[in-house]
Amino acid sequence: MADIRLEGVGHSYDGGRTWALRPMTWTWRSDRAYALLGPSGCGKTTLLNIISGLLSPTTGRVWLGDRDVTAVPTARRNIAQVFQFPVLYEEMSVYDNLAFPLRNRKYPKAEIDQRVRRVSHLLGLDDHLRRRSRRLDPGRQQIVSLGRGLVRPEVAAVLLDEPLTVIDPAMKWTLRSKLKEIHRDTGHTLIYVTHDQTEALTFADEVVVLNEGEIVQAGEPTELFLSPAHEFVGHFIGSPGMNVVPAEIAGGAVRVGAEAVGRAVGEDGDLPPGPVRIGVRPEFVRITAAQATPGLTARITGVDRMGAYDLVRARVDDHPLVAKTGAGSRYAPGAVEFFRFDAGRAFLFRDAVRCGSIAPLDGRDGS
Amino acid sequence: MTGERLNDVSGDVSGEVSTAGAVVAGDRVEPEAPVGAALPRDEPGGQADTKPRNNRAWFLVLPVVVSVAFTAVIPLMTVVNFSVQDIFSPTDRIFVGLDWFRSVSRDPEVRAAFVRTLLFSAQVLLLEIPLGVAIAVSMPRHGLGVPVALVLVALPLLIPWNVVGTIWQIFARGDIGLGGWTINNVLGVNFNYTLDSTDAWITVLIMDVWHWTPLVALLAYAGLRSIPEPYFQAAQIDAASGWATFRHIQLPRLRGVLTIAILLRFMDSFMIYTEPFVVTGGGPGNATSFLSILLSKIAVGQFDLGPAGAFSLLYFLTVQIVSYVFFTVLTRTGR
Ligand SMILES: Nc1ncnc2c1ncn2[C@@H]1O[C@H](COP(=O)(O)OP(=O)(O)OP(=O)(O)O)[C@@H](O)[C@H]1O
Ligand SMILES: [Mg+2]
Repeated sequence: MADIRLEGVGHSYDGGRTWALRPMTWTWRSDRAYALLGPSGCGKTTLLNIISGLLSPTTGRVWLGDRDVTAVPTARRNIAQVFQFPVLYEEMSVYDNLAFPLRNRKYPKAEIDQRVRRVSHLLGLDDHLRRRSRRLDPGRQQIVSLGRGLVRPEVAAVLLDEPLTVIDPAMKWTLRSKLKEIHRDTGHTLIYVTHDQTEALTFADEVVVLNEGEIVQAGEPTELFLSPAHEFVGHFIGSPGMNVVPAEIAGGAVRVGAEAVGRAVGEDGDLPPGPVRIGVRPEFVRITAAQATPGLTARITGVDRMGAYDLVRARVDDHPLVAKTGAGSRYAPGAVEFFRFDAGRAFLFRDAVRCGSIAPLDGRDGS
Repeated sequence: MTGERLNDVSGDVSGEVSTAGAVVAGDRVEPEAPVGAALPRDEPGGQADTKPRNNRAWFLVLPVVVSVAFTAVIPLMTVVNFSVQDIFSPTDRIFVGLDWFRSVSRDPEVRAAFVRTLLFSAQVLLLEIPLGVAIAVSMPRHGLGVPVALVLVALPLLIPWNVVGTIWQIFARGDIGLGGWTINNVLGVNFNYTLDSTDAWITVLIMDVWHWTPLVALLAYAGLRSIPEPYFQAAQIDAASGWATFRHIQLPRLRGVLTIAILLRFMDSFMIYTEPFVVTGGGPGNATSFLSILLSKIAVGQFDLGPAGAFSLLYFLTVQIVSYVFFTVLTRTGR
C-alpha cells in the first residue's frame, strides 16, 4: 500500500477568488485511520473528492505512492469512497451490488464470487446477499456501500464522508466498531470525515482538524485535547470548548488588566510584548483558596449542574471563564474566587496560533 | 375478511377491534423494514383506539364533489341519457336499452378504427418514450447549456394542435412542402400522403413524435435532475460505463416520471383528433381515421346521437381501463 501525498493542493470553485481548500502539502500515511474533523463548509468533502479524483484540484499535485495521479480518472485510482447517505444500485441484489465494481473492471467470474463472499462475510452480510438492496435498513445499506469499496483488491484507501449521518445512534456505535475492526483486519488507509468530535476522537489513530480550508492541527486525539495548536482546535474539540481570555504581555509576565496571571514562556525564544490571548480548557481550571499562579481572580456568575460534573461560570473583565468542577460544588453567584490553571495546560495564542504557555510567576518553570 | 382487516393500516380500525389492532401493530414491525418507514407503525394499536373520532372533516370535500359533479358527472350523464334512447325529435324518443352499445361494438368500421388507434398509440409510445429519455439523458446538467436546451426542446409543446396540423400539412406536401419535396426529389422516394395510406400514417405518426416527444423529454429530464450527485460519483468510483450508469442509476430512478409520461402519452394519442383531422382528414380512405375522427363523424356529421353516445362511453371506458392497467403494471413491477 502507498502513502497519499498532496503537494500544494488547493481548490477554488469560483476561479480563484476564494479558496474552498487553501493550497496545502500533506501526507496521509499508509495503513492509518484518520479522522478529518471540521465544521460545515470547511472543505472536507472537497478534500476527499480531490483525493478520489472526483474533483481535479485548481493547483497542486496528488501522489499515490510514487505515482502522480493528478490527471488519473477516478475509476483508475485505487480509492474507494463512501458517501453521507447510502448510495446503492437499488434494483440490484446485495450480491450484485458488491460484484458491480469488479464486473465493471472485467474480473473473472470465479474471482468475483470469491471476493464478494469474503467481503460479505467480513461485513456480516451473508444472510442478505440475495435480497434487493433497497429493502435493507439504512445501516445495512451503508455497509453495502462500504462493501463495494472493500471488494476491490487493489484499493489502497477508503474515504468515508460522514458515513453515519443517516444512521440512528445505537446503530452508529456498532458500525463504528465494525469499521475499526475492518481497518484492523484489512489495513486500508481510512480517512473518515465527520464534524462530530467524539466520533473522531474514538475512531482515529490521528485526527486532522480542518478549518476554513486549512489544516490547523493534526495529531493523536489526546494531543489535540491537551495541547491545541490553534484556537479553533481548542474551541472545536472538547465540550465545553477552551476558555479564551484576552491578555497582555509586559515585562515577561502575562497580565489581564492589572493582575499578573503568570510568566510568559515562548515556544521558540522570548515572546515580544503586546496583546495575546490566554487559552485554557475548563478541565484544567481549578477554584482554589491558595492564590498560586498561574491563575487569576474572577467573579462567579452562575453554576450549571450537568449531573456528573458542574460548570462554574465566571467573568474576568467581561470575558467569560468556565471551570469544570466535581458535582455538588457550592459557589454562590457574585462571589470573587481565584481560578488557578494547571501547570503546562494554559497556553498563549497570537493570531489564533499557539505561541507559548504560561508558567508560575515565582521563577519555577511550570511545565 | 379478518385478514383484510388486519392489513388495513389506516386508523379506521375502530374501537370494537382493539385486540385486532394490537395484532396489526405487532405484525407490522418487521425487523428488516427501513427505520423511516417503520416509524408510523410503531404506535401500539390499543392506544389508537381510545382516541375520539371526528369525521366531520369529510364536509371539506364537499366543494370538490360539487364542482366535479358539474364539470364531469352531469355532462357524462347527458351522454348516458343519449346512449340508451333513440331520439327522433326533442319530443319523440324511445328507450332502447343497450342496443346502441351492441350495434356500435359490432360495427366493423368502429372495430377497424379501434385497432388502428390502438396501433397508433402503441407506435407513439414505442417511439416517444425511448426517444424522450435519450434526449433527456443527453441534455446538459450544468451551465449555460441548460436553459438553451430547455427552450429548444420545449418549443414544439408551445404550438397549438391545429397549427401543428397545418405546419405538417404544408411541410409534408410533395410540391411546396420542404419535407415532402426533399423526400421526393432529393431522396428519390415517391411520397404523397394524400394518396398513399402508408405515407399518410407515417406523416401523422412523425408529426405526433415531433409534437410530443419534448413532453417526455422534459419529464424525464426533471426526473434525472433529481438524482443526487453522489450516485454519479459512486458510479465513477465503481468504474461503471456510461451505459451501466444509465441502466442502473438513471433508468431505475425514472420509473415514476416515465409512468406519468406513458399514461399521458397513451391517453393523448388514443384520443388524437385535431392534427390528423387537419392533415389528412382521416384519409386517404380510412387510413388515418382514428376513433375520435370516426366519433365526430357519427356525432356531428350524421347527428346520430344514440350511437355516438354509446360510442363515447365505450371510448371513455377503454381509455380508463388501459390507463389503469398501465398504471398498475408500472407501479407494481419491480417492487
Ligand atoms: N460544487 C460547488 N460549487 C461551488 N461551491 C462549492 C461547491 N461545493 C462546495 N462548495 C463550497 O466550498 C466550501 C467547502 O465545501 P465542502 O462541501 O468541501 O464542505 P464540507 O466540509 O464537506 O461541509 P459539510 O460538513 O457541510 O459537508 C463551502 O463553502 C461550499 O459552499
Ligand atoms: Mg461534506
